[in-house]
Amino acid sequence: MNLWVVLAVNSITLGGLLFLLSAGFSLIFGLMKIPNLTHGSFFMLGAYLATSLIAHGFDFWTAAILGGLLVAALGGVVERLILRRLIGAELAQVLVTLGLSFMIADVCLLVWTGDPIRIATPPALRGATSVMGLGFPTYRLAISLIAVVFAVVLWALLDRTRLGAMIRAGVDDPAMARVVGIRVSRLFTIVFCLGAWLAGFAGVIGGPILSVYPGLDQEMLPLALVVVILGGSGSLVGSLVGSFVVGFLYNFGQAMFPELAYVVLFLPMLVVLVVRPQGLFGRQTA
Amino acid sequence: MKRLALAAALVLLATVPLWIGGTYYVNIASQILFYAIFALGVNVLAGYAGLVSLGHAGLFGIAAYSGARIMNDGYNQLVVASGALGVTLLISVIFAVLALRGTGLGFVMITVALGQIVWGVAYRWISITNGDNGIAIRGRPSPLGLSLASPAGFYWATLVVFLLAVGSMAVFVASPFGASVRGTRDQPRRMNALGYHVWMIRFISFLFSGFWSGVAGLLYLYYNQFVSPQAVALTASAEALLMVIAGGTATLLGPIAGAALVVIVKNVASAYIERWNFVLGAIFVVIVVFMPEGLVPGTVRRWRRAVAALRPRVTAAG
Repeated sequence: MNLWVVLAVNSITLGGLLFLLSAGFSLIFGLMKIPNLTHGSFFMLGAYLATSLIAHGFDFWTAAILGGLLVAALGGVVERLILRRLIGAELAQVLVTLGLSFMIADVCLLVWTGDPIRIATPPALRGATSVMGLGFPTYRLAISLIAVVFAVVLWALLDRTRLGAMIRAGVDDPAMARVVGIRVSRLFTIVFCLGAWLAGFAGVIGGPILSVYPGLDQEMLPLALVVVILGGSGSLVGSLVGSFVVGFLYNFGQAMFPELAYVVLFLPMLVVLVVRPQGLFGRQTA
Repeated sequence: MKRLALAAALVLLATVPLWIGGTYYVNIASQILFYAIFALGVNVLAGYAGLVSLGHAGLFGIAAYSGARIMNDGYNQLVVASGALGVTLLISVIFAVLALRGTGLGFVMITVALGQIVWGVAYRWISITNGDNGIAIRGRPSPLGLSLASPAGFYWATLVVFLLAVGSMAVFVASPFGASVRGTRDQPRRMNALGYHVWMIRFISFLFSGFWSGVAGLLYLYYNQFVSPQAVALTASAEALLMVIAGGTATLLGPIAGAALVVIVKNVASAYIERWNFVLGAIFVVIVVFMPEGLVPGTVRRWRRAVAALRPRVTAAG
C-alpha cells in the first residue's frame, strides 16, 4: 500500500517537472513547427548554471529564476541568429538544434566536469509534511504545487491576454495572423525564450530530486517528446495530461517492469501515433 | 575520363593497407567504409525518399545485437549473418509500418521514439542484452577460409561489402524504381494520381535502407567484437544523419564523404582536441546554416562557379 502511495507521489512530481519542460516544447512546436531538440539541453544547462549561482551565494529561488533567464537569453540568441536564418526549412532547424545540443552538452562537461552535482533542497522545504496521516516529502509536494501554479498562469497568459491571443492565432494560422498585422516573427522569439526559460527553471527545481549530470539532457528530451506526442502539440491541456501520464508510466513502469520501463513508456505513444496522429488533445490540421 | 577516375579510385581503395602506413590508419579506413554503408542506407530514406529518420541506429544496433546473440549461441557464421539480417529486416517491417503513418516531422518523431525503444531494451532488458555491459563475441568470422582477424584482412572484406553497397545504390538510383522514389519525395500527390502506390514505394525504400543499415551494424559488430547500448543511442542515429547531411543528401558520393569526415573528426581530431563532440556539433550547425545542400554538392557548385568566373578572363587574355 505504502509503496504505491510513494510511487504515486513520485509520479506526480515527475509529471509536474515534465509539464514545465514540455509546455515550452509544445508551444515552440505548435507555433514554430520546430521540434526543438535542444530542449533537454536547456533543462540541463539551467540546472548547471544554478549550481554555480548557488555556489556564488545566491539562494535557491533566485538561482532558479536567474538560471532560467540565462537559458532564455541563450535561447533568444539561438532563435535570432540561427533558427531565423532557416525559416521554412524545418528539417534544417531540427538538425541545427541537434547540433547545438551536442555543443551544449560538451561545454557543460568542460565547465562542470562529469561528476553528478546535487542541488541542495531549499531549507524551508526540507522534511516531510503529513497529509491525511501519511508523510510526504515537502519538496515534492512543492514541485507539484509549482507546476499547478504555472499551468494556471500559462493558461491565463494564453487564454486571457492579448499576447496569448496572438500566439494562439500564430499557432492556428501563421499566414493569416501576419495578414491581420501580428508580428509573428517577434512571437517566435518571445515563445522560444519563454520555452527556454521554463525548461531552465524546471531543470533547477528538478535539481534536488534528479541531480545534474552529463546525459540528463538526453534523458529528459525523449520524455518531453513523448508528452507532446501524447498530448498533441500546441495544446496546454495536452501537455498537462501528457506529463502526468508519462510521470505515472515512467515511475510505475520502472517499479513493475524494471527491464521494460522504456517500452512501457513508449508503447502508449506509438499507439497514440497510430490511432490518433495529432495527439490526444491536438487538433486535426489540414 | 569518368571511367579512368573510377578505376583510379578503385585501385587507391584496394591498396589502402599497403600505402597508408600503420594498422591504426587501416582500422580508421575500415570504420569509414562500414559507416559509409550505414550512411548510404540512411540516405535512401533521408535523401531519395525525403523521409528523415532519427531511429536508424536502432536497426544498426539490432543487427549487431542479434548477430552477437546468435554467434554466442554457437551457430556458424552463415547462420549468424543471415539470422542477424533477417531479424533486422523483420524489425524494419515493423518500423516502416509504424513510421510511415507520418511524413515530414511526424516521421522524424516516430523514428526517434522507435529508436529510443530499442535503446531502452538494449539498456534495460538485461537478461537479453546484458544491459550497459554489452555483449562481446569471440572473434571475427572467416568467410571462405579467409581470416578477417588482421586489420588488412578486415579492411578488404569490408571493402568488398562496401562496393556491393555502392553498386546496389547506383543501380537503385538509376532504376525506374529509384525514379519513382524521388517522385514520391517531390510530388507525392501527383505520384498517387499517376497510379503509383506511394506507401508501398516508401515501404520498400525503408526495407532497402534497413537492410544496408543492418549490414553496417553487422560489420560494426565484427570490427569491435563488442556491442553496447551506445551503438543504438539517439546520438548514433544523429551521427548517421550528420554523415548524410554533411556530405550531401540524395547523392552517391555525399554520404561516403560525410562518413569519412565524421569518422576522421571523431578519431583523428580527438587525439588533438579533447572537445571533439563540440567540434562535431559545430560542424553540424555550420554545414546546415552555410552549406545546406552538403559538402559534396556545395563544393561542386562553388567549384563550377569559380571555374565559370575564371573562364571569360582566360579567353579575354588569350
